Amino acid sequence: MADRRSKKPKFGDDLRAGISKVRMLLIWLLPLLLVIPLVSGCQREKAGITVAGSTSVEPFAGLLAEEYMSRHPHSHIYVQGGGSTAGIEAVRTHAANIGTSSRSLLPDEKDLYAVTVAKDAIAIIVNPKNAIRDLSLDQVRQVFSGKIKDWGGLGASPHPIVLVSREEGSGTRESFQKFVMGQEEISLESLVQDSNGAIRQVVSNDPHAIGYISLGLVNEQVKALKIAGVEPTLANIEGNKYTLVRPFLFVFNGEPEGEAKSFLDFVLSHPAQALLSKEGLVTVLKPSGK
Amino acid sequence: MIMEIKEKIIEKMLLLIALSSIAVLALITFFIFQQGLPLIWKIGPKAFILGQQWIPSKGLFGIFPMIVSSFLVTIGALALGIPLGLACTIFLCEWSPPAVGTVLRPAIQLLAAIPSVIYGFWGLIVLVPLVRNYLGGPGLSILSGSVILGFMILPTIISISEDSLKALPPTYKAGALAMGATHWQTIWRVMIPAARSGIVASIILGMGRAIGETMAMIMILGNAVKMPSSFLDSARTLTTNIGIEMGYASGAHRQALFATGVILFIIIMLLNSLAIFLSRRRTG
Repeated sequence: MADRRSKKPKFGDDLRAGISKVRMLLIWLLPLLLVIPLVSGCQREKAGITVAGSTSVEPFAGLLAEEYMSRHPHSHIYVQGGGSTAGIEAVRTHAANIGTSSRSLLPDEKDLYAVTVAKDAIAIIVNPKNAIRDLSLDQVRQVFSGKIKDWGGLGASPHPIVLVSREEGSGTRESFQKFVMGQEEISLESLVQDSNGAIRQVVSNDPHAIGYISLGLVNEQVKALKIAGVEPTLANIEGNKYTLVRPFLFVFNGEPEGEAKSFLDFVLSHPAQALLSKEGLVTVLKPSGK
Repeated sequence: MIMEIKEKIIEKMLLLIALSSIAVLALITFFIFQQGLPLIWKIGPKAFILGQQWIPSKGLFGIFPMIVSSFLVTIGALALGIPLGLACTIFLCEWSPPAVGTVLRPAIQLLAAIPSVIYGFWGLIVLVPLVRNYLGGPGLSILSGSVILGFMILPTIISISEDSLKALPPTYKAGALAMGATHWQTIWRVMIPAARSGIVASIILGMGRAIGETMAMIMILGNAVKMPSSFLDSARTLTTNIGIEMGYASGAHRQALFATGVILFIIIMLLNSLAIFLSRRRTG
């Protein structure tokens, strides 16, 4: 504290010195502060391999990496988020060895090598205090397109619905768009959060909110709705009754090799798939390479 | 002789270091404009700046609602920050006993040292539910954002305007008091007008801080992309647009985020130039 104060210009000194000091600092710092987040992309660590991409896959990839490292003490796997598109981009530029994606590859990304490592359902979540338990797919669509604006229209006590969506480009959003919205647009009125966790946080705090997140990340703070009477459970997903299901991909730039291949093989092995299943994902026991 | 060479080397090295910091700024500026301008030209500056819709998946890049939101949040922050900041400044300069000042000043400086993510988290957990329960709406709103920002800009406003008040020649105050003015009259009619340019500069720098804030705003504003219709509405500012979408953006979408940065850069530069201009014009 004393240090901080001694640095201040002495009062009574030329004011301009004081102002210009702060001014210069701000002039330099403000633009810098603004742009530093833009230019600092993913960094690559020196040793080990980097797995980067979808925030939906990140927690599961983290678990798998821990398990893998406990079996291979000399390996190191760095798991990062950033988003599906960023992960795919990172693989292309060799910033990451493995990219994770929670959506299928787009046509201009098909040159990369993708392996489905698990399947995940998207759950429509509301606050536990919300009386609604079940909506049809059509109702969900009308809610998110802004046609139904009040819980009263769905049979609950009247209050404006607070929509919570993901940002443009998110794999979860793209899957939701594809499975639920179809040609309709998600209302521009909807709040936008940049991760599954943030949506869960908002929905768990607001009794009138509705959002969508990865089923594996649903916990007791929020309630996953049945869709047309079908509960989002593993049995219903495997039986193709619950249809909001998307692939979790590992993306490689060319055939996987070395440590990355070894990690992929581990992820597709029985113990790893059992681990994913325990976390609420649907397993793929046969790799479906592309 | 050897000493002279040594001196020269040291001098040149320091020059090089000084230049490198400018070079970084130049590089960043160049990079933002190089990435952002092509998109602005492609869709037209008018369509970009005045466009109402931001739907990157459909190639619609209009940032007008974000420009409006940025200014609304900032105006809200100033509405709270200016009265509070000035009151605090006047108290610190004129009335506060030295003991109170020694506690208050570091405390205010400390406000500036709190990371913005902490402000955001506090706002999300404490302020947002209050707004939602008592005023309505989703709580994640311009009002919540403005309140948090109002506190975040206090250190800027207070420290600079305090310096400008303290720098006034003591004769101003003595003269006014000698003429029979009360203490408050002296402050309000003589000292504040005399220190006006410094105070205005402090407010403009506070504005720059408010417009540039990102992390806390991502957490508190709710980030809806529509044009806000009230202070209880969710909104997205220029900075949060970049912050929230950069992870997933590619292609034209990514360029559009850089283009958002270009607009932000220009706004901040204008504000800073204005602050410099006003603080130079110090005849009082």
